[in-house]
Amino acid sequence: MSNAFLSIENLTQRFPAGKGESLTVFENASFGIEKGEFVCILGHSGCGKSTIMNILAGLAEPTSGAVLMDGKEVSGPSLDRGVVFQNYSLLPWLSALKNVTFGVAARYPEWSRSKVVEHSTQYLAMVGLEGDTIHRKPAQLSGGMRQRVSIARAFANHPKLLLLDEPFGALDALTRGTIQDELLKIWSGTSQTVFMITHDIDEAILLADRILLMTNGPYARVAESVEITIPRPRKRDQIIDHPNYYAIRNHLVHFLATRSKELAGQQTGSDSNTPQTVRIDLVEETKGDESDDPRHGAHLRAVNE
Amino acid sequence: MDRLSTNQRAAILSFIILIAGLLIWEAAIPGQKAATELTEYERLTGGGAPKAGVPPPSQVMQKAWEQLSNPFYDAGPNDKGIGIQIAYSLYRVLTGYFLAALVAIPIGFLIGMSPVAYKALNPFIQVLRPISPLAWMPLALFIIQDSNASAIFVIFICSIWPMLINTAFGVAGVRSDWVNVARTHELGALKTALTVILPAAAPTIVTGMRISIGIAWLVIVAAEMLVGGTGIGYYVWNEWNNLDLTSVIFSILMIGVVGMALDAAFGRLQRAVAYAE
Repeated sequence: MSNAFLSIENLTQRFPAGKGESLTVFENASFGIEKGEFVCILGHSGCGKSTIMNILAGLAEPTSGAVLMDGKEVSGPSLDRGVVFQNYSLLPWLSALKNVTFGVAARYPEWSRSKVVEHSTQYLAMVGLEGDTIHRKPAQLSGGMRQRVSIARAFANHPKLLLLDEPFGALDALTRGTIQDELLKIWSGTSQTVFMITHDIDEAILLADRILLMTNGPYARVAESVEITIPRPRKRDQIIDHPNYYAIRNHLVHFLATRSKELAGQQTGSDSNTPQTVRIDLVEETKGDESDDPRHGAHLRAVNE
Repeated sequence: MDRLSTNQRAAILSFIILIAGLLIWEAAIPGQKAATELTEYERLTGGGAPKAGVPPPSQVMQKAWEQLSNPFYDAGPNDKGIGIQIAYSLYRVLTGYFLAALVAIPIGFLIGMSPVAYKALNPFIQVLRPISPLAWMPLALFIIQDSNASAIFVIFICSIWPMLINTAFGVAGVRSDWVNVARTHELGALKTALTVILPAAAPTIVTGMRISIGIAWLVIVAAEMLVGGTGIGYYVWNEWNNLDLTSVIFSILMIGVVGMALDAAFGRLQRAVAYAE
């Protein structure tokens, strides 16, 4: 794990809770992310997903533990780690284009103005924003368009790691679907490393290479790392027919509905809470046994690495 | 027939109110009795001298025409055109005001960014703010020993508070998301202040500036009545001493017009920096 592109080691976060007591949100969380990987993290509210995100972004400091990226310790925010916030965080006094050039100019200060504009326009076009739209202020754009601008701003900066904090949380289901497709398209073209928080299981399965599951807080931990064994490119209307889809989905639902509670506060015994890797692949399994019900044994195939 | 727009209807109503007001004013001034109708006794006791009554609007308009057709004449210390007087007042107001802005906006930034600075400076602000600006006048005259500079100081001290408080309020209220955007883009402190915090807080800051310029224009009239010499405030008082009420009314109107123009300029600035979230 420590050789991974991004390595989170023994991360602990405690907040003061009055009278000298403290609330431990998570303790000794450790996991890694490979270069070019798309990783989603799922868990209930209060398990510290956003805190982990803020630590990765450099906007918050962990109580203890370290985050290593490319072997170097992360401290403070950096242009190497781009963030897409849930509430878009566009600067409302700038046009959509200027919001993107703002980031690009900060990333590439040596670029000429025209090059910055050209590059930004190109990335806005990738998320489907072209023409007059890019000269509008965020207040004149719909929620979906705003989030597109925010995604374009993040991708245009070519960060080594892209952090998405529930980027589609505030959008309606249809818009969300469109932008998920656009995200997939833009991501597959760049092979960007992405770490994303979401509450939406289907979204996670569609987008991720791997899903990290967190138990409930306090003393939350990353309990499992579920590989998504559905080949890319994925289409939302096709992956639901893939034999692995419901097996993986059921495993995730079971985890979130019951096991995240049962596992809450449990220690794994080791100092480092490395997640258990879960691989569910009924395609390989059913090659020999066609009669196997894919809905069975979903989480029986948990293997500890 | 097309209905008139709201603006057109409002303009017509304004015009009607203006005409009605002027007519009532004109009619309320009793006509002067003709000298021939006076009895000899009245003539002897001086009762026939026309009373210095409130002048009717027709006279004020005549005065306004005279003054505005030659606003910049200078016939000695006590007889200068209205344009010169207003220019003096504007010079004092703008000097004091911009000095105040130079002090208030940076300190407001500091107070807005730092809770410690806010708590440390707040008691001073709370004590100094409610002081009537004219109360500073004797102290200013004694220390500065120059009436013109004292008037500018009074403008400075009265303009500073709304700008200071609004800047601090605006800066403190900048959404942390926007500051986080600056942080994740590795902007330095100065760049963050100029490209994120300043535009974010600008509407609040300009509101403070607009309040300040209004107060400064209110105060300059009173200050100039005290320090004398030049300026619209002095002009009003001088014409009162001359018992020229036509000029007094005319200059009151001019104070209003200039004040409105100043406010409109800042209103325009306010619209320029406004943004919708």
